[in-house]
Amino acid sequence: MDLLEYQGKQLFARHGLRVSSGKAVDSVEAAVAAAAEVGYPVVVKAQVLIGGRGKAGGVKLASGESELREHARNILGMDIKGHTVHTVWIEHASDIAAEYYASVLLDRAAKKPLVMFSVEGGVDIEEVAEKTPEKLIRAHVDPLEGLTREQALQIARDGGADADVVEGVADALVALYEVWLQEDATLAEINPLIVTPDREVRALDSKVSLDGNALYRHPENQSLSDSENEDPLERRAKEEGVQYVKLDGDIGILGNGAGLVMSTLDVVAQAGGRPANFLDAGGGSNAEKIRGAVELILANDAVKAVLFNIFGGITRGDEVAEGLIAAFGELDEHGKSIPFVVRLDGTNDEQGRKLLREAALPNVYPAATMNEAAEKVVALASGRAAGAPA
Amino acid sequence: MSVLVDESTRLCVAGITGREGSFHTLNNRRYGTNVVGGVTPGKGGQDVEGIPVFDSWEQAAAEVQPNTAMIFVPPRFAADAILEAAAAGVALVVTITEGIPAHDELRVYNTLVRDFPGTRLIGPNCPGVLSPGKANVGIIPAAFFKRGNVGVVSRSGTLTYQIGNEIAQAGFGCSSIVGIGGDPVPGSSFVDILELFEADDETELVVLSGEIGGSAEEEAADYIAQHVSKPVVAYIAGFTAPAGKQMGHAGAIVSGSSGTAAAKAQALEAKGVRVGRTPTETAAIAVEVLGGASVSAA
Repeated sequence: MDLLEYQGKQLFARHGLRVSSGKAVDSVEAAVAAAAEVGYPVVVKAQVLIGGRGKAGGVKLASGESELREHARNILGMDIKGHTVHTVWIEHASDIAAEYYASVLLDRAAKKPLVMFSVEGGVDIEEVAEKTPEKLIRAHVDPLEGLTREQALQIARDGGADADVVEGVADALVALYEVWLQEDATLAEINPLIVTPDREVRALDSKVSLDGNALYRHPENQSLSDSENEDPLERRAKEEGVQYVKLDGDIGILGNGAGLVMSTLDVVAQAGGRPANFLDAGGGSNAEKIRGAVELILANDAVKAVLFNIFGGITRGDEVAEGLIAAFGELDEHGKSIPFVVRLDGTNDEQGRKLLREAALPNVYPAATMNEAAEKVVALASGRAAGAPA
Repeated sequence: MSVLVDESTRLCVAGITGREGSFHTLNNRRYGTNVVGGVTPGKGGQDVEGIPVFDSWEQAAAEVQPNTAMIFVPPRFAADAILEAAAAGVALVVTITEGIPAHDELRVYNTLVRDFPGTRLIGPNCPGVLSPGKANVGIIPAAFFKRGNVGVVSRSGTLTYQIGNEIAQAGFGCSSIVGIGGDPVPGSSFVDILELFEADDETELVVLSGEIGGSAEEEAADYIAQHVSKPVVAYIAGFTAPAGKQMGHAGAIVSGSSGTAAAKAQALEAKGVRVGRTPTETAAIAVEVLGGASVSAA
C-alpha cells in the first residue's frame, strides 16, 4: 500500500524524523489558512501516487497569498498522468544547503533490510545508481539486530556526508529504519533529505509503501492510501477479499492462485484476446467469494465474455461451481447475456463439473484444457460461436 | 529417491484442528503420508480422527518425534509456529499459510539461519511438497500426479498443478513437486531445490515455474549454468502483467525493467534453459527432452 507524501511524512514525524511543518488541504480557502499558519513562503505540493509531479507543474512556490491562491487553484483538480489531485500539501519553504538521498527497503535477494544513502539527492536516484554507483552507499542490516547507531554513522561517513552533519544524517537513518520496522513498511525513502543552512537534516519528501498483510497490527494506518484515486472496482475487490486489477481489455478472467491467473492472462493474450482484469479468488475460495467475484467482473461494462480457470488445491471445485450457480441465479439481463467459459480441475473437480452439468446454465461453456478455454473465450468475446453451452 | 518428503516422513501439523488444516491433513494421511500428530495450543489431549493433538511442538517432539512440520495456522500466528517447530528440532517445516507479514518472514528466515541451521523452511504461501506414491505434505491435489523422473519446482501453487498435470497426461511422472511459494522472503529458493534435484537419483529433468517480480529466476539461471548437469525446462508467468501493478502474490510486483517475465525468460535462455510460452508448451518441451512423443503446443 503506497502512501501519499504527506501521509509518509506523518509517519516520519511519529518516529522522530524531522519534517517541515505543513498541512494537507483540499480547497483554496483551506490552503490560504494553512499557509497563514505555517508562514510564507510556502510550497504547494500535489498529493498523488505518481512521480514527476514537479515537471507536471504540481509543485509550486508561493511567497504571498495571491500567488498561493493561483497555484492552489491550478493544482487542485489537476490531472497528473491519470491521477487527479484531490489534496495539496502546504509546507513552509525550506532553505536548502545540500540535498541527500536515504532509503530503507526489503532486499528480497539478500533476504535482509537494505539501507541506501547518497549525497547526490534531489535527482533521479536510479540514474545515480547507474552512472555513479560509487556515490550510492548500500549497506545490509541484520534484521535481528536492527540498524545500530555505529552502522548508521559509518554509512553517513562512507557516503560522504559533510562532517558537521554526519551525526544528523545518522539520526535520520536510524529514525527511517524505525519507520520501516515499526510501521511494517516494505519501502521508506527520502529524496531529498535536505541539509538546511543552519545544518539541520530534514526530510523534504517521502515515499513509503506499507505491507498490506501487516495492517492488522496498525489500525491507525488502515485509513491511509490514496482512496480517492483508487479504482472503485479495485476498492470493492479489497472489501470482498479478492485480488483484482483492472486491465483495458474485454475478457473477464477469474482464477485461483496468482501464478495461474497471470498465466491465464498470458494464454488469453496469445490466443488473440485482451484481458479485462486480473482476478485471483485466492486459496480456499468458497461459494460466497465466487459469487462476489462474478459481480465484480461484470461490473466492468467492457467485459464481453468471462473465463473461469480453476485448478483446485485448497480450492474445491464443488464450492466454485456452487458459487457460480448462485451468482447466475442473481444476474440481471446484462449479466445473463455474457458467456462464461469454465475450466475446472483439481480437488473435487468431478463434483464441481457434475453440479454445473445438472444446473444446465444457459450461457456456460465447459472447456477441458487451459488452451481450449482461452480459444473459446476469445471466440465468444468477438461474437463468434464456440460450441454449445453446457 | 525423491526430495524432501517420502516414506520416512513423520508429519505433525500446526493448525490441525482448523477447518482447512484438518481437511488437508486427512487428505495427506489418506494418500499414505505418515501423520504422527498435530499441534493446537489449548487442545492437547484431543485427537483428529485418531491423530493425537498436542499443546506445543516441544511436547509433540517428545511424544511422536516428527521430522516434518506443516503450518496451517492463521498469518498472525504463523511466524511463532514455524520457529517453535524449528526449536523442537523439526528438520523440515512446510508453511502453507498465506498472508504472513513480510517483516515476520524476514525475522523467521534470519532466525532460522542464525539459530536453527538444521531446519529447512518451504514456503510460506506455498502448496507444499508431493513425492508421488510416497508422501504428500500440503494441498497439492495428488490424484493428478504419478511417480516418475521429473522434478517440479514452482513459485505458484496452481500453476504447479497445471504443468504437472500436463506432464502426467503426456505419460510422465514426477519424482517430487515442490512449491516454494510466491512471497517476498521464501524459506527456500529455486537454487535450494535445484541443488536437491541435482543430487536426486530419480530426477532426470527439472521443470522450473517462475513468475514476475524479484530476481529468483535470474539467480536460478546462474546456478543452473554452473551447478546443474540435468536438463531444466522453465516457464514464466506474467508476460501481460502491467508494470507497477501488484498481481496477487506479494512477490509478483513488476517495477521498472528488471523482474519482468521477458527479462527472466531471457536470463534463463541465455544460460541454455529452454522456456515454454504456455504451461502446455513447457510440458511439451519437457516431454520432448525426456525422449517422449512431442506433444503439440496447441
